[in-house]
Amino acid sequence: MKILVVDDERDIQTLFEQKFRKEIKEKQMEFAFAFSGEEALSYLNQHEHETVLILSDINMPGMSGLELLRKIKEKYLKPPPVVMIITAYGDEESYNKAKQLGADDFLTKPVDFNYLKERFKT
Amino acid sequence: MSLSVAPLVVSLIVTNRIRKYVRTNILKRWEQPLKYALFLSVMLFAAEVIFSDTAVIKWVWHAYLIAIIVFALKQEELRLLRMFIVAFIPFELFSLLGDLTQLINDDFYKNHENYFNNATGFSFIWIAAILFSQNRQFKAAEKERIKRQHEDELNRAIAIRKVELEVLVAERTAELTEQKEELEHALNELRATQTQLVQSEKMASLGELTAGIAHEIQNPLNFVNNFSEVNTELIEEMQEEMEKGNMDEVKALAKDIAENEQKIKHHGKRADAIVKGMLQHSRTNSGMKEPININALADEYLRLAYHGLRAKDKSFNVTIETHYDDSLVNVNIIPQDMGRAILNLITNAFYAVNEKKKAFPPPQDGLYEPTVIVSSAFIPPKGGQKGAVLISVRDNGNGIPQKVLDKIFQPFFTTKPTGEGTGLGLSLSYDIVKAHGGELKVDSTEGEGAEFSIILPV
Repeated sequence: MKILVVDDERDIQTLFEQKFRKEIKEKQMEFAFAFSGEEALSYLNQHEHETVLILSDINMPGMSGLELLRKIKEKYLKPPPVVMIITAYGDEESYNKAKQLGADDFLTKPVDFNYLKERFKT
Repeated sequence: MSLSVAPLVVSLIVTNRIRKYVRTNILKRWEQPLKYALFLSVMLFAAEVIFSDTAVIKWVWHAYLIAIIVFALKQEELRLLRMFIVAFIPFELFSLLGDLTQLINDDFYKNHENYFNNATGFSFIWIAAILFSQNRQFKAAEKERIKRQHEDELNRAIAIRKVELEVLVAERTAELTEQKEELEHALNELRATQTQLVQSEKMASLGELTAGIAHEIQNPLNFVNNFSEVNTELIEEMQEEMEKGNMDEVKALAKDIAENEQKIKHHGKRADAIVKGMLQHSRTNSGMKEPININALADEYLRLAYHGLRAKDKSFNVTIETHYDDSLVNVNIIPQDMGRAILNLITNAFYAVNEKKKAFPPPQDGLYEPTVIVSSAFIPPKGGQKGAVLISVRDNGNGIPQKVLDKIFQPFFTTKPTGEGTGLGLSLSYDIVKAHGGELKVDSTEGEGAEFSIILPV
């Protein structure tokens, strides 16, 4: 299972790699990282059918996570990747916007990795 | 024998005339006696007829008529009738004189009866003439009286209307007073609301930014928590590997742990820096003036504004230039208040450049570089004027249209869409600068940008 994590904080890569090191070692999961919305889109263009799950932050320089979500849901209809939005702002407006744009899940920081692991399994 | 027709007629005329007068002038107490007088006149005449005696009764007639005339003339209430009553005096005098002469010297009377009769006749004509003229006068007076009565009625109607109007006016006045009081009450409430709004604006401009910054702190704190959790897991794993004697794996894990420690430290410091920056502003406002380095103050609030906006919107980007005059002396100001004034100018500048940037979407975004310049300078004393410190915030946004330039310091004036600005920011800044004895000036060229300057005397 391939997961694309989109966040402008670079340390998020180290964190995910260490949190999921067992799964990575056992080849249950594979992670790719993008540090902006634009980067994520170009990655998806190259690896369209491999990626099944996208985790994205909202507040990023340039393209925001919500804008990325909109583009993904518009463009990549088949097979539709699961998009989970993670944000430090648990506000209702962002939540409603994300849901409206077709987000499959909405998580607030700090990320509950145990919950995330459960979600990845399903 | 001749019946006393003349005295009867005269007495009836007199009493009737008096009765009429009494009735029109509402002198009630005279009505009854006058009825008796009429009755008496008729009775006297009847007595003459019944007893066929005029010799005695004619003297009663004389007495009676004289009594009526004298009595009527004496009454103050009947003074307006005097002219009329006087007209009967000649008649009575002549007839009395005739009768007296007859009594004293019947021969003389018989010889001169014509004279007596003529005199009595003339006095009768005289009465008729007086009556006629009196009647005319009376009619004129009656007309006058009716006219006056009409006027009185009119006046009474006017008086009643006046009273009604006064009641109406009083009602209206009461209504107006009530409305005035309601309006005053509403005005007071508005004033209170305005005060509250100004207060909440003071909080909002800073509060909004600090809320953004709190989120900004959340990110590094999350990393600190996450990496320390990870390290706990890694250490457990390392212990397992040590027991297995798998030293290569142990070394690799130790390296990861050390790296994570670095990250914890890095993010801890990151959070620390933000908190330190905030604490400087959240010091309780003492409201006391203290000597402050304006450059440091402006820079603090510049960073606060920048980070506050970035925390909310990372796509927000601006080139910031600072030109601080290092030779500035400290200025006596209330740092929290002046900081707020500077903060408002900076957030406005950021807003202005961000708005203009929207007109340059990619790929044209290279054509416009949003820039905000914060600078300070010393204005040396000149011609009796004290020296001053100048802090200016300049942006290259859209500028301020000439027609709104003189309104921007008014409370509640805003060019922002409803809900985005209270219109109190600049008005508040203006008040703060004024309270420090300084000046807040604006200079703007439409389409090219705006520059706000605070000038504080030292």
